[in-house]
Amino acid sequence: MALLEVRDLSVTFKRKGIRPFTAVDRISFDVEPGRTVGLVGESGSGKSVTALAIMGLLPKRGAEAQGSVRFEGTDLLTLSDKQLRDKRGRDLGMVFQDPLSSLNPVIPIGLQITEVLERHRGMSRKQASVEAKDLLGRVGIPDPSRRLSEYPHQLSGGMRQRALIAIALACKPRLLIADEPTTALDVTIQAQILALLQELVRETGTALIMITHDLGVVAGLCDEVNVMYGGRVVERAERHALFAAARHPYTHGLLESIPRLDAPRGEKLLPIKGSVADNIPWEHACAFAPRCPNALDRCREVMPELVPDNGGMLRCHNPVGAMQGVRA
Amino acid sequence: MTTNLLRRKKDRIDDLAASGGTSLAADAFKRMSRSPIAIIGAVITVLFVLLAILSPFLAPKSPYIPYDELKNNLRPDSIPGPMPGFILGSDQNGYDFFSRLLVGSQQTLIVGVVATLIGVAVGMLIGGLAGAVGGWVDALLMRFTDILLAIPSLLLAISIAALFSHGTQWTVIIAVAVVSVPIFARLLRGAMLAQRSSDHVLAATALGVRRTTIVFRHMLPNSVGPVIVQATLTLATSIIDAAALSFLGLGDSDWTRAEWGLMLGKSQGLLDVKPELAFYPAIAIIIVALGFTLLGESLREALDPKNRR
Repeated sequence: MALLEVRDLSVTFKRKGIRPFTAVDRISFDVEPGRTVGLVGESGSGKSVTALAIMGLLPKRGAEAQGSVRFEGTDLLTLSDKQLRDKRGRDLGMVFQDPLSSLNPVIPIGLQITEVLERHRGMSRKQASVEAKDLLGRVGIPDPSRRLSEYPHQLSGGMRQRALIAIALACKPRLLIADEPTTALDVTIQAQILALLQELVRETGTALIMITHDLGVVAGLCDEVNVMYGGRVVERAERHALFAAARHPYTHGLLESIPRLDAPRGEKLLPIKGSVADNIPWEHACAFAPRCPNALDRCREVMPELVPDNGGMLRCHNPVGAMQGVRA
Repeated sequence: MTTNLLRRKKDRIDDLAASGGTSLAADAFKRMSRSPIAIIGAVITVLFVLLAILSPFLAPKSPYIPYDELKNNLRPDSIPGPMPGFILGSDQNGYDFFSRLLVGSQQTLIVGVVATLIGVAVGMLIGGLAGAVGGWVDALLMRFTDILLAIPSLLLAISIAALFSHGTQWTVIIAVAVVSVPIFARLLRGAMLAQRSSDHVLAATALGVRRTTIVFRHMLPNSVGPVIVQATLTLATSIIDAAALSFLGLGDSDWTRAEWGLMLGKSQGLLDVKPELAFYPAIAIIIVALGFTLLGESLREALDPKNRR
C-alpha cells in the first residue's frame, strides 16, 4: 500500500454570486515512501491547491474538497480539525514558497523550531533547544547556536529556506510537501536547497511531493512526474521517460520553451501560445486544445481520458510522436 | 549637481549597509532620531512628564492654600499680578497661580495616561477576541464598537460624564477611556485579520501549532504595532477631551483642584480682569497635546513599512 493515495480529489471554490470554480478536478496519484513525486504545471494549474487540500489547509468557507486522500489508510479529508492538527507537523510537513513571509518576523528562529518539537514530540524547552541546534546544523546553517536567537530578517534568503526545511523536518514527517521551495531564491542557492532536500529525503526515507513549474527541478529531483493542466493530470511518467519522450503536447511545449546551452546560435525559443485564460472547460473538450499545436477537431468535442501509455499515463487524443497525418 | 547626486546615492548605500541586521524597532528609532518633528515631539513629551513628576518639588508655594498677601488684594475688578514670591500673581481665589499651573500638569498626565491605558486594555480585549475567534463573536463585538464610533467622541464623553451626579477624577477618566475603546478594538481586529491570512500563520498551522499558541505567539505580537502608535495619538486627544469635560464642569466637583481644564473654565468670567488666568492653562494644554501628536505621528511614519527604503 502506498503511503499516500490521492483518489479523485476535486477542489471547488464556491462563493455567493459567482459561478463555482473547480481548481482541481478528480486527480489521483500515489506516493510511495522514499519516493519523490513532482506536480508540474504553470500558474493556475491547481498544484498548490492540491497541496493545501492534502494538508487540510483550504479555507473553511468557500472551498470544498471531494474524493479521498488516504494517508497510511486514514482519509485525511474526513478527519476533525483537532485530529488534523495532531498529524500536521508530525506526520505531514510542508515547505512554503516564500521563506521570509513564512517565518514569524517577531520571534527568534530557535523558538519557531522548538515550538514544533514541544508540541509534537513532548520535549522540554531545554531538550528542544539542543535538538533545534542539531537540526539547524544538519540543514547546513553555520554557527547554529548563534542563529537560534536570531530573527528571520537577520538571515539570508537561502538560510531562511534552510531554517524552514529544518522546521518542517523537525518531527521527521513521513510525507513532506514542498510548494515551489526554490522560487524565491537565486539560482546558486536553488541548487543547494534542492541538493539538501534530496539528501534529507534519502536519509530519512521521507516521501516528497515536489510542486514546481520548473522542469529543471523535476529533472534533478523527481522519480515520477505528474504534469497538471487546468486542474487535471494530463501526463504521468517516470522522470527519464518524460524527458526522453514527452507525449503530451503541453509537456512537449514546456520542454521546448526551456533555453538550452547546446542549442545552435540564433535559434529561437518556442513558447507555448496563449495563456491559461484561453482554457475551455474540460467537460466536452480538452482544456489545452486552444493552445495546442496538435489539436484535432475531436479535441474540441470529446474530453480525452487519462489512459495508460508507454508505462505512464496520458490524457491526449493526438500525442506528440503519434502519426501527425490523422489530423482531419 | 551630478556630484551632489552621486554623494547622496553613496550616503544612501552607506546607510543601507549600516542598517543591515538591525531590528524593526531599532530601525524605526534610528529614523525617528533623524526627524526634527519627532525630536520636538519627544522633547515636549519628556519635559512634560518630568514636570508632572517633579511639580510638587518645583512649585514655589502650595497650590492648595490661599495666601493672605494675595487674598487681601483681590478686588472685583482687579486680581494681583506678579509680585515678589508669586511669579504670576494670584488667581481669583487668592491661590498662587504659578504653582497651580505647575501642579496642574500632574492631573493632566494622570488623566491622559490612565484613560489611554484603560482604553487600550479594553479595546485590545474586544478587538483581540473578535479577531481571534471570528464568526458571530466578531460580528457582535464589531457592531457594538460601530455604535460607539457612530456617536461623535466628545458628545459621547460628555454624555457618559453627565451620568455621574457627583463627579470625581474617575468620571473624567472613564468617560475619556470609553471613547477610545472602539478605536483600539477596530484597529487590533483589523491587524489580527490581516495576520490570520498571512503566510507565516498558514505555515504555523501547517505545523500543527495549537490555536491558542497561534493567536498569542504568532498573531498578537505582529498586530500591536498600530495600537502602540494610536495610543500615543490618543494620549493627545484624551488630554484635550479631559480638559474639555473639566471646562464644562462635568469633571471633578472639587473646584479647588489644580487642573488646567477646570482653571480655564473658572476663569471665563475674568477675561477682562486678568486674561492670563485663561491664557496660560490653554497654552499649556495646546503644547502638551501638540507634543504627543507630533511624537505619535512621527512614530507612525517611522513604523510604516511604506516609508522604509
